[in-house]
Amino acid sequence: MISASFDYVEATSVQHALALYAEHDDAKFLAGGHSLVPMMKLRLVSANVLIDIGRLAELSYIEDRGDHIAVGALTRHCDVETSPLLAEHLGLLAHVAGHVGDPQVRNRGTMGGSLVHGDPAADLPAAVLALGATMVLTSASGTRLVPAHEFFVGFLETALNDGELLTEVRFAKRTGEGWAYEKFNRRAMDYAIVAVAVQLGQQPGVALVNMNTTPHLAVAATSALAAGASAAAVVEAVAEGTEPWSDGNATPEYRTHLARELTRRALARAGYTAEA
Amino acid sequence: MSTVSVSVTVNGDVRTHDVEPRVLLVHYLRDVLRLTGTHVGCDTSNCGACTVILDGVAAKSCTVLAVQARGCSVTTIEGLAGPGEPLSPVQQGFHQEHGLQCGYCTPGMVMACTALLSQNPDPTEDEIRHALEGNLCRCTGYQMIVNAVRWAVEHPDGIPESSEAAASAPSSVGASS
Repeated sequence: MISASFDYVEATSVQHALALYAEHDDAKFLAGGHSLVPMMKLRLVSANVLIDIGRLAELSYIEDRGDHIAVGALTRHCDVETSPLLAEHLGLLAHVAGHVGDPQVRNRGTMGGSLVHGDPAADLPAAVLALGATMVLTSASGTRLVPAHEFFVGFLETALNDGELLTEVRFAKRTGEGWAYEKFNRRAMDYAIVAVAVQLGQQPGVALVNMNTTPHLAVAATSALAAGASAAAVVEAVAEGTEPWSDGNATPEYRTHLARELTRRALARAGYTAEA
Repeated sequence: MSTVSVSVTVNGDVRTHDVEPRVLLVHYLRDVLRLTGTHVGCDTSNCGACTVILDGVAAKSCTVLAVQARGCSVTTIEGLAGPGEPLSPVQQGFHQEHGLQCGYCTPGMVMACTALLSQNPDPTEDEIRHALEGNLCRCTGYQMIVNAVRWAVEHPDGIPESSEAAASAPSSVGASS
């Protein structure tokens, strides 16, 4: 499969990329290309121009900033997966990055690229939702901060405005807190049929993969965790507000069953014991 | 639409061509450079038949634009052993342990295994299986492939061509027929 024709320009800095975007009609940013290129090959997406930001070293970093860790949008999944800093303070994020696709995909794909794709079946959106991350969006007029739960607004649609670029994701440190990611699929490299990310601690979070048209923060289950409810009560609440669909892999009823069962397993693996 | 000048170091040689931006690395390798050892399998980032080593790590060349490889170093299956040279240890492992049947996935498997051993020279069976999660084989059931990687671990320098032939040819062949 070969995509429709497009022109190609390479950006040399974030500001250059934004300026190029303003110059061209119907432009898209190209990072690792592991969401965009397949979509373009299927001709589900087209663009007149691709602005290649893939080599902007200024957007590839994992930085300790005291109370939080900042991850540059172009940090590759393999670097998130193997970062000792993330392993110590954000185990859930590193672990989930290790579940994206397969080793070849993780060598090329970037965290920012996966997040702006906004795929409800993808792994990383669930991690940023469960961790209550903050997205840093940069445009010619400056930066704005968007909480993860306001970032995913529709099917493959995010809060990014035209001409904005996701440049960084910030995560509060979760040192020593329990977490778990339970992913159910048929083949190792596949997207999840359903998955659940659980982060414990003072600001807990439960997020679901493939249970809605957007990456889904399980609000009721998150509140139940924060209130110290029993694991059974969290499990009972987890499917609230979801709209699972039917496909060749699963019916909505089966997906709901999976969400509950995977949440039960995740809470056990994370070491959750109700306060109440 | 415009073309872009692309220079890539492929198997040690700098190659330069004007290509359309939409040309995938795998098509550049196969159709422009005529290096047809890299296979197109699923063409959807799933099967791994198109795996090459791109700047030291395994990558699926059906999901990389040729322009994205500008200035990079690419190793394909043809780059592991030239004509008349002994096969690489991983290639010999596939030979010795019968790590293939139809052979379609083999170039991608060999490149993924080669990338693994360059980063982890002594992987466990579990690590080998994880490293091959991005490569599908519909013939072998994978066990012989895992055995092939372990053979390469145990023979990091391979074995010379002549003794390899001796090792793989039963001494009785030809004696009674």
